[in-house]
This record gives sequence, C-alpha cells and structure tokens, in this order.
Amino acid sequence: MGIVSPGFKGRRRSEREKLPPGQYLVTDFPVLSAGPTPRVDTSSWKLSITSGAGLVHSWDWAEFQSLPSEEIHVDLHCVTKWSKLGTTWRGVSLDTLLAQAQTSAEYALAHCYGGYTTNLPLADLLDGQAWVAFEYDGRPLAAEHGGPARLLVPHLYLWKSAKWVRRIDLRAKDEPGFWESLGYHNYGDPWREQRYWGD
Amino acid sequence: MARAAVLGRLTWQVGTVTEIREESPTARTIVLDVPGWPGHAAGQHVDVRLTADDGYSTQRSYSIASAPAADRLELTVQRLEDGEVSPYLTDILRPGYPLELRGPIGGWFVWDPAEPGPVMLVAGGSGVVPLMSMIRAREEAGSQAPFRLVYSVRSPETVLYAAELERLRQAVDGFQMSYVYTRSGPPGVKVRIGRLTPVVLSAPGWTSETAPAVFICGPTGFVEAAASLLVKAGHEAGAIKTERFGPSGG
Repeated sequence: MGIVSPGFKGRRRSEREKLPPGQYLVTDFPVLSAGPTPRVDTSSWKLSITSGAGLVHSWDWAEFQSLPSEEIHVDLHCVTKWSKLGTTWRGVSLDTLLAQAQTSAEYALAHCYGGYTTNLPLADLLDGQAWVAFEYDGRPLAAEHGGPARLLVPHLYLWKSAKWVRRIDLRAKDEPGFWESLGYHNYGDPWREQRYWGD
Repeated sequence: MARAAVLGRLTWQVGTVTEIREESPTARTIVLDVPGWPGHAAGQHVDVRLTADDGYSTQRSYSIASAPAADRLELTVQRLEDGEVSPYLTDILRPGYPLELRGPIGGWFVWDPAEPGPVMLVAGGSGVVPLMSMIRAREEAGSQAPFRLVYSVRSPETVLYAAELERLRQAVDGFQMSYVYTRSGPPGVKVRIGRLTPVVLSAPGWTSETAPAVFICGPTGFVEAAASLLVKAGHEAGAIKTERFGPSGG
C-alpha cells in the first residue's frame, strides 16, 4: 500500500473488483493518438499478413468484409488509467486471418496507416484473443477510434490494439514498436500493471 | 535528457507540496519538492497515486508545467466537477502534504531545447500545461528557436499563466502568441469569438513552408480539429505531435 494521502476519501465502485490495479472506470470513450488521425478510404484500404519470406495474404475491403466475422464483448484497459467495461465490437478473428499462414514466427509487429507500430507475441493474437475490428457499438468504426479497422487485443493495454492497422508482420525475433521504444512496457498486461519499462 | 529520462525502472516517489498557486478559478499549480527527481523532458507527464486510509488507491496522469529541474517540479491541475482525483488536488491538498508520484513518462510529446527549428504550439484549455513546460524550457535554456503559441480558451478567466505569457510576449524575442476565445473575449476589446480557424493557425512566417515542429494538446475534439486544419494547410502529418484527453480525465 502506498502512503496515505491526508483527507483523500476516493470513490469506490461496485465494479471495481473487475478493474486491473491502478485503473478507474469511464463511461465515455477517450481518444489517445500520437499524431493526426489518418483518413483511410475503404476503396484504397488493404490489410496484409507478411512474414520474413514475403507476402502471405492480403485483402481489400470487400474481401475482408466477406470473411466470417463475430460479435465481440470485451473490457478495455488503457495505460493512461481508464477502463471501459462491456464494449461491443464486430471483427474478424486473427485465427481466421492467420489460418493460411504456415509460420515458425513467434512474434508479430503490427504496422498502421500513419506509421504507428506495436509488437506482440504471436501467441497473443491466436486462440480467440484478438480481432481486426471494423464496427463499434453496431456502427462503422470512427476514424478517431481506428476506423476503418483496428486491431483489438483486449487482454493487453489498449496501445497494443493498433488503430488503422494495415499489415501484420510475422517475425522470428521481437522488435519493439512505437510506444514500446518510448518507455512503455514490451508486453503490457494490465492485470500485472505492466505500464512502463521495468514494471 | 529526453531519452535518458524515460530509461530504466520508474519507481514511486514521495514528493512534498511546497506551494499551491491559483491559476484560474478551477485550476491550481502544485509545486513539489521531490528529492532525487531526475528532471524531465519538456512535455512529459507523471502518474499520481492517491491512497485512502483504508488502502483504497487510484491513479491519474498529469502533465508537468515547469521547466526541467532536479528535485522539484510543478503540476497544473484542472478541477473536473465529477472527478475523483482532481478535486482532491485542487481543493484539499495543502503545502506540507505528501504526494506519491512516478515519472517522468512519455518519450514522444517532448521538445528538446537543443533543437533550433521553429515550434508551433496549439493549446486547447488546460492542454496548455505541457506546452508551458516547453515555453519555460526554451526561456531557461536561452534557446533562440522561434516559438508560436495558439491558445484556445473559453473566456479570459480560464487562461492559465496569463501574466507570465503576457510578460513573455512583450519581452522575449522570437516568442509570439495568439488567443482564440470560443465563448467570450476580454471586456472592451473587439475580438473574434469562435473556434480555431485556418487563418489563426497560419500567421506570417508560420505556414507549412516554414515546416515547424507542431505540438497540439487539448480535448479530443479540439485536437482532431486543429490537427486536420494543419494537415489541410500542408503541414506534414509526421511533424505534428498530439496529446489528447477526454472529458473523463478524473
């Protein structure tokens, strides 16, 4: 326990037991991005899977939309301390997108329109843990929240759920992404409060 | 310092409040003495942790307002009406109280006084706080980098650091600023009331051709609007760094 802040009462909530350490609940949907929001038209949008050997697969918007998608109900945890519970998304499971990838890769580096990157162990993208989401709350995903499509990896802090994703590179070696190079934790498990380097 | 400041493990430290300044009816600057504080890069923030006597604790992030210095820092906190942490920091915290924090955090939204190029700062409301750290770092380092601040506020009463900004505008070479008033302007002065416009953002010498490094901080809607105006005016998206906060900062 930290030192006591004299006169601080705090606001305990019944949902608190569901929150990871150091998080607080919000009901709106804050936006955090490092630069201007890229405007990506679905007519030129592409999503590809690449590996050391080159292109594994790519989809244009119509092809992507024809893949089996699912409704997703998840909690979101942002490293800036807010958590949002019970959000609803629609997206394509990474299990579907990676089904044809024959790979010995252990890591993935997601690349985005606008230049953002984030790295994850490949295992964290598989087994129903990750999606490329294109709807939020029954509507097309807004650009400031990562539309037309973003990665959704809700068991890790939200900076891993890369907005405006365009390519997922499967890699033998791990390489830190944008925030991971700038002081944020390489893995980012909210339940172990892995916010920053050394956490 | 920018890179060094984010290296290594960030441990919780206990600072002592030495002074609290009223910046506006709803904002306070908290001056902290933090033994062993390594200094920071202008634009960085800290995490603050409050703990009640039964062990309940909660955390929030706050931007550092002061110029980088060892063993001390200043945070400016805007009170949010339904906030859990900000009303404690603005209304209950007193000089002599301890405050737990860790940082400095953030290696992206930072300005290094060794950079000589022009810098355009665009602030919405209390988004001016990390930008003020850059303005103060510039002055303290004796930097000649041309700076321009565009500061959007609801009304003159909500301006933070008003006297200091006025002094800098009159006294400091290479520092320019413009206010944008969205609800009401200074009494007796004819000013345009309304949102940020392309005209305000493109003063002579401050077009995309000058290629300034741009830092935008404020509420999400403001940052989205300012960033897209600048991209439309020809600024490179890669030269624009943003920091956003929602209405629920706490």
